[in-house]
Amino acid sequence: MDKVIIAENLSLAYSKDETIINKANFSIDSGSFVFITGASGSGKSTLLKSLYGALKPVEGSLVVGGVELRGVANSKLNFLRKHLGIVFQDYKLVKEWTIEKNIMLPLIINGYEKSITQSQVDSLLKHVRLKHQSGKYPLELSGGEQQRVAMARALAHNPILILADEPTGNLDDYSSQLIWNLLEGANEQLKTTVIVVTHHIPEAMKVEYKHYHIEFGDIHEVV
Amino acid sequence: MKSFKNHISLVIALVSILFSLQIFTIVDRAINAYKENLAKNYSLVVVSQKTFQSKEMLNKINQLAAIEELSPDSVIKKLNTGISKKNIQLLKLTLPKFYKFKLKIYPTPAELQKIKKQLLKYPYITKVETFSNTHDTTYKLLLLFKNVISVLAVSILLVTILLIFKELRIWQFKHNERMNIMGLFGAPTWLRSAVLFRLSIVDALIAFGISFVIFSYFASSSWVSEQFANIGISVVVFDKIYDSLIMLGVSVIVSILLASFIVLGHKEEV
Ligand SMILES: Nc1ncnc2c1ncn2[C@@H]1O[C@H](COP(=O)(O)OP(=O)(O)O)[C@@H](O)[C@H]1O
Ligand SMILES: [Mg+2]
Repeated sequence: MDKVIIAENLSLAYSKDETIINKANFSIDSGSFVFITGASGSGKSTLLKSLYGALKPVEGSLVVGGVELRGVANSKLNFLRKHLGIVFQDYKLVKEWTIEKNIMLPLIINGYEKSITQSQVDSLLKHVRLKHQSGKYPLELSGGEQQRVAMARALAHNPILILADEPTGNLDDYSSQLIWNLLEGANEQLKTTVIVVTHHIPEAMKVEYKHYHIEFGDIHEVV
Repeated sequence: MKSFKNHISLVIALVSILFSLQIFTIVDRAINAYKENLAKNYSLVVVSQKTFQSKEMLNKINQLAAIEELSPDSVIKKLNTGISKKNIQLLKLTLPKFYKFKLKIYPTPAELQKIKKQLLKYPYITKVETFSNTHDTTYKLLLLFKNVISVLAVSILLVTILLIFKELRIWQFKHNERMNIMGLFGAPTWLRSAVLFRLSIVDALIAFGISFVIFSYFASSSWVSEQFANIGISVVVFDKIYDSLIMLGVSVIVSILLASFIVLGHKEEV
């Protein structure tokens, strides 16, 4: 099976004094559904940052979608990021844009046609139950609603890899289920690889999933 | 309201730059017009022992605009008490010639001295009256006025630039977030900064529009032209083509420069 991510001896750090991830080895199959757990501050978000190239490896090698991220050039990184769907832990919505415009962002960057963009955004808004809020600005929404906007944006351009950082962290059971359904749907129907950082793996997840745990700077698979 | 706030700070800064620029231009024009006016009313009086060729003199000293011989009749009339016609003729011959020298420019005191020296080199020219006291005072006043206005315009410019640099941090902060997010989704630099450049060009156009309207109003205001007429000059307050183009150019260039600062200063946060 194709590997969408291959990490060899991967070390991540913000400064020389403290290594967050230390010489980790793992690989992720294309089309798989992966959960990442770990204590707060263990380095889950840090690992995701490295996967979308915001934090470059200080040691080892990290290949995502065929692109070596250690010392990657900006143009190559942009090319990779166009095909990723990221849900950030702090959402990272553009405050001065409406919900609708926020969801459009990856479609605009990928050069989709206007008509396709609009119909895609409409359908996503329906899926995350925010149709009636489309003209509002992020700060006019609750945290949970903002999180759903971030989810819709991550799905908009049918990415090859979805990276979601605690995407149900702020949601009630009903909305959480909505998010899991969307992620599962993308994984099953579009064969999108999904990597989710979460504290709570839902019991009812029917998908065949992999589970990695981060502890003491190491990443190991839980079987 | 939201978009109004986004625009206002840069627009105000740009308008004040355009203002100080145009005011400076107007003052410069007014002073030049006034100098021309002074040159018209100003002349040297030259005393010569003999008649000379005006043409030759005009060719030699190129600041000269015209030479006019002053008739001695008025002087003689005053003496005209019981002098015979024959004696008057004699007197006329022995009296030196008086000439009025018109200049093309209103000279600086130094230029004036130079012209005087040049004239005195001719052996038959015995005296050159420059009325230098009055001339120097007028000239210094003019210079003072120009300097005061220049200092004022430069101060406005400096204060504006300081304000802009203070605002730049706020803009940088405000735009960084959006550019950062766009970058995380793979937007190339041009797309990330497109909004910023569009915004700054729109602001430049708004600032230009405001300045255009205000100066067009000044230019057509009878009060303004009266002020200039009072000191005997007419000044182009606002050339709708030439000045407009310069204003537009300055406005657009300054705001694009600012936008470029922000784009170049942008760094992805981790
Ligand atoms: N931008 C940053 N600069 C420096 N240190 C950071 C930064 N972000 C996170 N850290 C540190 O890295 C460690 C892991 O953080 P993080 O990956 O956010 O943990 P979590 O597993 O809760 O997502 C923490 O000790 C945190 O303090
Ligand atoms: Mg985290």
